Amino acid sequence: MFCVHCGQPAAAGDHLSCRGGRAALEPPRFCAECARRMVVQVTPVGWSARCSRHGESTSAGVPVLTD
Amino acid sequence: MTAAAERTHDSATNDDVLAVAREQVLDRGVGLSEEQVLRVLRLGDDRLEDLLALAHEVRMKWCGPEVEVEGIVSLKTGGCPEDCHFCSQSGRFPTPVRSAWLDIPGLVEAARQTAATGATEFCIVAAVRGPDARLLSQVRDGIKAIRESGNDIQIACSLGMLTQEQVDELVAMGVHRYNHNLETARSHFPKVVTTHSWEERWDTLRMVREAGMEVCSGGIIGMGETDEQRAEFAVQLAELDPHEVPMNFLIPQPGTPYEQYEPIEGRDALRVVAAFRLALPRTMLRFAGGRELTLGDLGAEKGMLGGVNAIIVGNYLTNLGRPAQRDLDMLSDLKMPIKALSDSL
Repeated sequence: MFCVHCGQPAAAGDHLSCRGGRAALEPPRFCAECARRMVVQVTPVGWSARCSRHGESTSAGVPVLTD
Repeated sequence: MTAAAERTHDSATNDDVLAVAREQVLDRGVGLSEEQVLRVLRLGDDRLEDLLALAHEVRMKWCGPEVEVEGIVSLKTGGCPEDCHFCSQSGRFPTPVRSAWLDIPGLVEAARQTAATGATEFCIVAAVRGPDARLLSQVRDGIKAIRESGNDIQIACSLGMLTQEQVDELVAMGVHRYNHNLETARSHFPKVVTTHSWEERWDTLRMVREAGMEVCSGGIIGMGETDEQRAEFAVQLAELDPHEVPMNFLIPQPGTPYEQYEPIEGRDALRVVAAFRLALPRTMLRFAGGRELTLGDLGAEKGMLGGVNAIIVGNYLTNLGRPAQRDLDMLSDLKMPIKALSDSL
């Protein structure tokens, strides 16, 4: 598994910058399954993030992206 | 006496800049000069509460108790050719942000979500140097679809630098306000952006004003600027005389040249907010990005009681905000009415 904020292995390193206040303001940027950078859309009430291999994850109520 | 002359008509017999501001800004509605703003920014922490209280009085007298609520969305994210050093959407930096386009149904939904918060303003933003035909077409189609959905929220745009033709086109689409941040003081701008100039941004804002759209321009505090440059920026904004000034606080973005910058201290952020209110007594001053990190919940309340009279609710372009309802509850607790759409039309 990979860290969704930095894309590094979740079990390696301390990920201090991935757990701070700034990270709480970040939607996921990397796929937890493969660490690919995801296409992310932030909307007023949510976000969607799509990995080209593992598909889309969303907060609730977010419209699906187009290319 | 001209406004500039009034600004220099400082009380020689009173060294307390807050006493001067009370008479000049609160009583007469004349914004502080650059030198006066600098003196405010250098007030000690022991004067911060007095400063915030005065800024709040100024806001209440010259703007009133209402708060304008706005939501924003990124229509085109990432891949920007410009090198704004604070921005995770620049294609020149190794940031984790990938390019994305929001489709029309997504835009309509974002506008619906924004209106559902009680917001009267919805700003469509694109990370570009300036709009091309494809982007303008998407904006045109998006606005049409938002209207056809029955949503009459006011629509603003932020699409970078414009030509006169593009300004005219946006007016024809019914865009009532245009955002283009000057970002920082003119003297500091070359350290923040090298791919275009502060003057180019100013030119776009001039065209926007002349075309009859409301001008929205603010910036980001915490990009290495000095107190002198913050004072310079406040007065440059006063000279622009925008309808709205959004105030952001730097969120250091991974992969950008400012990645290692520390967010500014909350008390400094509040001091800047109040100082800008005293420089811009009649201007809508909006809390925008970074307040969650810099100020937290308590600081946001202090800011609302320290000169701010507008707020972006919900998420931002690439960063998340706190839930809109928390801000709406805060305004309710502060007994600050939300500006109604009927007041805007």
